[in-house]
Amino acid sequence: MKFRAKVQVWLRHGVADPEGHTVSEAINALGYPGVTDVRMGKIVSMTIVAESREAASHRVFEIATSLLSNPVLEDVIVELEEA
Amino acid sequence: MTGVSVGILVFPGSNCEYDVASVLDNLGIKTKFIWHRQTDLDGVSGLVLPGGFAHGDYLRPGAIARFSPVMTSVVEFARSGRPVLGICNGFQILTEAGLLPGALQKNAMLKFLCKEVELEVVSAASCATTLIQTGKRLRLPINHFEGNYTCDSNTLDDLESNNQVVLRYVENPNGSMNSIAGISSKKGNVVGMMPHPERACDDLLGSVDGLEIVKSYVANL
Repeated sequence: MKFRAKVQVWLRHGVADPEGHTVSEAINALGYPGVTDVRMGKIVSMTIVAESREAASHRVFEIATSLLSNPVLEDVIVELEEA
Repeated sequence: MTGVSVGILVFPGSNCEYDVASVLDNLGIKTKFIWHRQTDLDGVSGLVLPGGFAHGDYLRPGAIARFSPVMTSVVEFARSGRPVLGICNGFQILTEAGLLPGALQKNAMLKFLCKEVELEVVSAASCATTLIQTGKRLRLPINHFEGNYTCDSNTLDDLESNNQVVLRYVENPNGSMNSIAGISSKKGNVVGMMPHPERACDDLLGSVDGLEIVKSYVANL
């Protein structure tokens, strides 16, 4: 089975997000009202062939937590859809 | 020091390996460059992970380097108690590899820092500070974007109570927790630091304080 996986990598709550902070200031400087909590993350997408949905999900999660993110600083969200 | 040699790891994107080699060479220590695809450490007595941008710092500094083929041998070497010194990007690789706790995040205020700073030697129990009096101040250059040391509060307590904080900034330049500039493993044989001692070993470069660190490291070979 073939899947399209999307891994989102976010800085954990409590970890300083200077990029998000800077972008937030820029949004404010442009004069848009009511915008808060700007956060910057990464999206990594990949195609994966595996014998089942569970196997694909397990493999992508392992890649996401060992290589794509550093658990000291970041959280991951894994999404999977059949391709 | 006959027969003693230091292995300097070279990843694609490392750029301080020749500086480290030159300083060790001046002290009469033989050096060997160890390409990241090598798995044999060639009988060296100590390892240095030099600064630079291993694998382009893609994903995060050290994230990809930590999976380079050489790293399995590096982990074994470190576990055997022999000296391993990570400088700047080398420090980042050591944390990603789990040989040192915590992580290095982007500098507070998103500033890339390139300047000489004052540091205090906090512990003489590490392989990079054996010959230095605790409390001594050193002037060394820093040159990094991700040098803001962070870890969870239990780890921080452990580092402090086990005497694993090796160097502290006198004036915190990057937001680093407890002004940490360098730490060691529990045994003290694995050390990571953001400052570049190898760039402060000649009067022409403005400071020779780095020599104290390099000489301490050499004394542990």
